[in-house]
Amino acid sequence: MSTYPVLDQKDTRSGFGAGLLELGASNPDVVALCADLTGSLKMDAFAKKYPERFVQVGVAEANMMGIAAGLTIGGKIPFTGTFANFSTGRVYDQIRQSIAYAGKNVKICASHAGLSLGEDGATHQILEDIGLMRMLPGMTVIVPCDFNQTKQATLAIAAHDGPVYLRFGRPKWPVFIPADLPFEIGKAQVLIEGADVSIFACGHLVWRALQAAEELAKQGVSAEVINVHTIKPLDTDAVLASVRKTGCAVSCEEHNRYGGLGDTIAQTLATNVPTPQEYVAVNDSFGESGTPDQLLKKYGLDSPDIVAAALKVLKRK
Amino acid sequence: MPTQQELTRVASQVRRDIVRMVHGVQSGHPGGSLGCADFFAALYFHVLRHDPKRWDMDGRGQDLFFLSNGHISPVWYSVLARSGYFPVHELATFRKINSRLQGHPTTHEGLPGVRMASGSLGQGLSVAIGAALAKKMNGDDRLVYTLHGDGELQEGQIWEAAMFAAANKVDNLISTVDYNGRQIDGDVDKILSLGDLGGKWNAFGWQVLETNGNDLGGLLKTMDQAKSLTGKGKPVMMLMRTEMGQGVDFMMNSHEWHGIAPNDEQLARALSQLEETLGDY
Repeated sequence: MSTYPVLDQKDTRSGFGAGLLELGASNPDVVALCADLTGSLKMDAFAKKYPERFVQVGVAEANMMGIAAGLTIGGKIPFTGTFANFSTGRVYDQIRQSIAYAGKNVKICASHAGLSLGEDGATHQILEDIGLMRMLPGMTVIVPCDFNQTKQATLAIAAHDGPVYLRFGRPKWPVFIPADLPFEIGKAQVLIEGADVSIFACGHLVWRALQAAEELAKQGVSAEVINVHTIKPLDTDAVLASVRKTGCAVSCEEHNRYGGLGDTIAQTLATNVPTPQEYVAVNDSFGESGTPDQLLKKYGLDSPDIVAAALKVLKRK
Repeated sequence: MPTQQELTRVASQVRRDIVRMVHGVQSGHPGGSLGCADFFAALYFHVLRHDPKRWDMDGRGQDLFFLSNGHISPVWYSVLARSGYFPVHELATFRKINSRLQGHPTTHEGLPGVRMASGSLGQGLSVAIGAALAKKMNGDDRLVYTLHGDGELQEGQIWEAAMFAAANKVDNLISTVDYNGRQIDGDVDKILSLGDLGGKWNAFGWQVLETNGNDLGGLLKTMDQAKSLTGKGKPVMMLMRTEMGQGVDFMMNSHEWHGIAPNDEQLARALSQLEETLGDY
């Protein structure tokens, strides 16, 4: 079994900030917008170095989405930055009409997604955003798993023509993706090859899935771990190839069980290769205050939960 | 440059197009469209520096226009066709299946002249600000124009955008409010009063002008004045008094014709009041 040493502990939002700063130098059309969260989004380095291409909109997310859409008319590539809740649910109609339906090349970059932002509690812990964004025609939805991959994804979406939702988080998290591992939008990554069960994960839970695979190996179960960093368009070839081999699936996400990665996988399986599947996801509830680890444990998103789901689905084969 | 008399003739034909389009599909919004026909004739045939034959999405080196109250699409489609963005006969496809002339304007079908989808209200000012910022970043000295309904100003995003534009000196932007005092459910004053609207825009830091949108002579002067106020550190707002349904007597003085279509008899009555000047489509 391949192993992934922990290279560092860094927050994925800093990967976004690093990628954005690099884009400032490499792509003069990149413009960044922020709604009063420059520090939290790690956009301050870009704002300082490229003030003429940084737009501070204040606490006005709807206006930010509209301005971003307008900036594309004139050839700019706008990156909006705020928390995931304010990047999606708060401004859904602005995104739907002015960005998605209008086909504008806006990159919606969202931090503090999921439970793992921690102590701020449920008002800020959006667990519905993947579903909301995935439902929009033409929207690409990307959920990278660590600092290195978030930086890679930030660079990649600038070169992609069309609206993108890029979701990342707040806490320091293991960095385990080698910086030179190729990243391609829409191409899932088989991190560990296995024969008994396919574990599909995105975002922070990819690391938890790797931990679960180690535990499963100790119990004699060969788990395949696939990093589905792009939820839409889904890499259906990779998903189907894996379940044809293993015959069962577990999906893992820091999101409500409705509308996210799990449903995306289930839809693909049901219409192609009907396969038993278990969900590791939040069970249709809101979050609460706590540390990231406490929250992932309480809401059933920890490595033991993935192990349990794998053992359960194995019996359903 | 067309004379005022020629613009009057354009507006008359545009009004004919509006009632015929809405009648043809038995849906759409004639009231606000008729009220703004003079403004659109002035804008597209006199004010805008644009080249319909060189249309592209970015519009560099050209003035841009955004219709935020997208439901008055008939008047916009008519002037776009009449000024050469697409064939006039396409107006007959308005709101019908497989048409580029959707009920509310969209970029989705690739209709030349349209750079943003609108219909869900309150979004166009933000978009126009973005386009105006892009022009500044690109060193493009052309202007960005918008039109909004007065009822639309009840949307909060308008005021987010208003605050931003003034604070950031977006002074290559000329916005206009179709101040007809009516919205779907009745008079704006009764539904949700806008209060001292000029005072509000002034307080938000805009340069405010008032004009009568159904008096072409006065309107042209105000639009010239608006243009002269650009580049001076403030966005420009034109509060334009209009009469909903202007030009068709039985559609005026009421909100009833906001979003309904005339029947055959009403169409004939309406057309009898509007001179055919450029040839019906």
